[in-house]
Amino acid sequence: MRRAFAVGLLLAVIIPCIGIVVVLKRLSMMGDALSHSSLAGVAAGLILGINPIVGAGAVCVAAALSIEAIRKRIPKYSEMSIAIILSAGVGLAGVLSGFVKNAANFNSFLFGSIVAISDFEMILVACVSCAVLVAFVLLYKELFYVTLDERAARLAGVPVRSVNFVFTILTAVTVSVASRTVGALIVSSMMVVPTACAMQFGKSYRQTVIGSVAFAVAFTLIGLFLSYYARLKPGGTIVLLGVACFLLILLVKKVAALRGAARRGAPEAESARERAEVLP
Amino acid sequence: MPDALLPSEVIRADNLGFQYADTPVFSHVGFSLFAGDFAGVIGANGSGKSTLLRLLLGELGPASGGVSLFGRDVRRFDEWPRVGYLAQNGLSSGANFPATAEEIVTANLFSDIGFLRLPKKSHREKARKALARVGMEAFAGRMLGSLSGGQRQRVLLARVLVSEPELLLLDEPTNGVDAETVASLLALLSRLNREKGLTIMMVTHDIARAAECVSRVFCLEDGSMVELDKAQLREELSHKHKHPAREDERRRIKEGGGKS
Repeated sequence: MRRAFAVGLLLAVIIPCIGIVVVLKRLSMMGDALSHSSLAGVAAGLILGINPIVGAGAVCVAAALSIEAIRKRIPKYSEMSIAIILSAGVGLAGVLSGFVKNAANFNSFLFGSIVAISDFEMILVACVSCAVLVAFVLLYKELFYVTLDERAARLAGVPVRSVNFVFTILTAVTVSVASRTVGALIVSSMMVVPTACAMQFGKSYRQTVIGSVAFAVAFTLIGLFLSYYARLKPGGTIVLLGVACFLLILLVKKVAALRGAARRGAPEAESARERAEVLP
Repeated sequence: MPDALLPSEVIRADNLGFQYADTPVFSHVGFSLFAGDFAGVIGANGSGKSTLLRLLLGELGPASGGVSLFGRDVRRFDEWPRVGYLAQNGLSSGANFPATAEEIVTANLFSDIGFLRLPKKSHREKARKALARVGMEAFAGRMLGSLSGGQRQRVLLARVLVSEPELLLLDEPTNGVDAETVASLLALLSRLNREKGLTIMMVTHDIARAAECVSRVFCLEDGSMVELDKAQLREELSHKHKHPAREDERRRIKEGGGKS
């Protein structure tokens, strides 16, 4: 159980770091495509007798690079590339899973099995997490600008293609290690939900990044406790907790806005005054 | 400085032509822009004004001819921090990107800060100065999404100015901005042009407002581009201007059997 907490915490730190960039690049479905493709890697790993996470990592990297390649071919409908790889990944996983002898083992990757994690996987998660975190911190400013405005970033001298390439690899690696813990079917919500929550509060990009990590850590810790004592599946519990929290935030914000409007009487008055101040 | 006597050529376009698939946009576009010029580019919708800027940035490859920036072929040009570009629709990621004005402006100091390094206090001060120049200092800590259209445009202009470019390419910077802000934006550009010698090429649909600031006016029409002299500009302002190349082009199309 202690091991589950350690692994959960590491992933709770790196998944939203990747997630915020994925969300802001409008690629929320990319996490889905990669995690579903990772199942094909898991199945291949189980068949070939290599560690499923390693198999998932290899297939994820290949899938991520394929998405980028297809995206360049059809730039106007680039989101199709995600759908193509997603279906190819699921198809391959479906066919390969027919050859997997131990079906329970394969199923554990669908919804995750953070509690039953091996020594090797623990070390793998720790190494990958450190690498992703270091890369994210080093590339913080570059990723920010590429996400904000790719063309302007190129003009400012940011090596956009290299940054995008490194980010694609980071995403693929993160998704494949996360599929073991929270499960392949829900890893993309772990990328999106904490970011969605943090975006409701963040007063800057930096705050949004820190906020989404904080939310993910909180969801993971509380989710693991709940799942342990209520005997629920941990992956699903963590994600459901996040979604519930997000809905609660929206509700509270709505109520606060309505109350504020009622108290002030004229809700637009303040912003109109602020706008008037700008003009010299 | 290669030549101290003559103003140096900042942009040179030779016989530039471009087409999207089978649709020709323009051809035989040639002009030179010199240091200190403030050029306005006008033309109807679809005449290729934005396309021209994207060709100058090397984002699109021309069907014919070529572009050089600061005396170097744009395909081999790599001193992009010398060029500031403000796109028509502002940010590619949309207006609600969760970042503050200061964060956005600081991002453009990339070449100053250096690869893999984080901005220091001096960089943030520089960003604040750029924001002050466009009258947005008080909004440095505000999220982009909470600003009005005009304020956002000023922040984006500050982002371009912060890295102190020598050439500004602006694509309808006054689009969707209220009249007062347009006046102050144009006044600011005019001041930068006069005092700092900044070379500016600005696509605009509203030359009447900009006529006082710009020193040269180019008109894209019917597949080619001409520079308008003072008299032609006056005609243009009173909506009487006829594009000199129009008749020429019509004849060419007819002769070419509509191939053009």
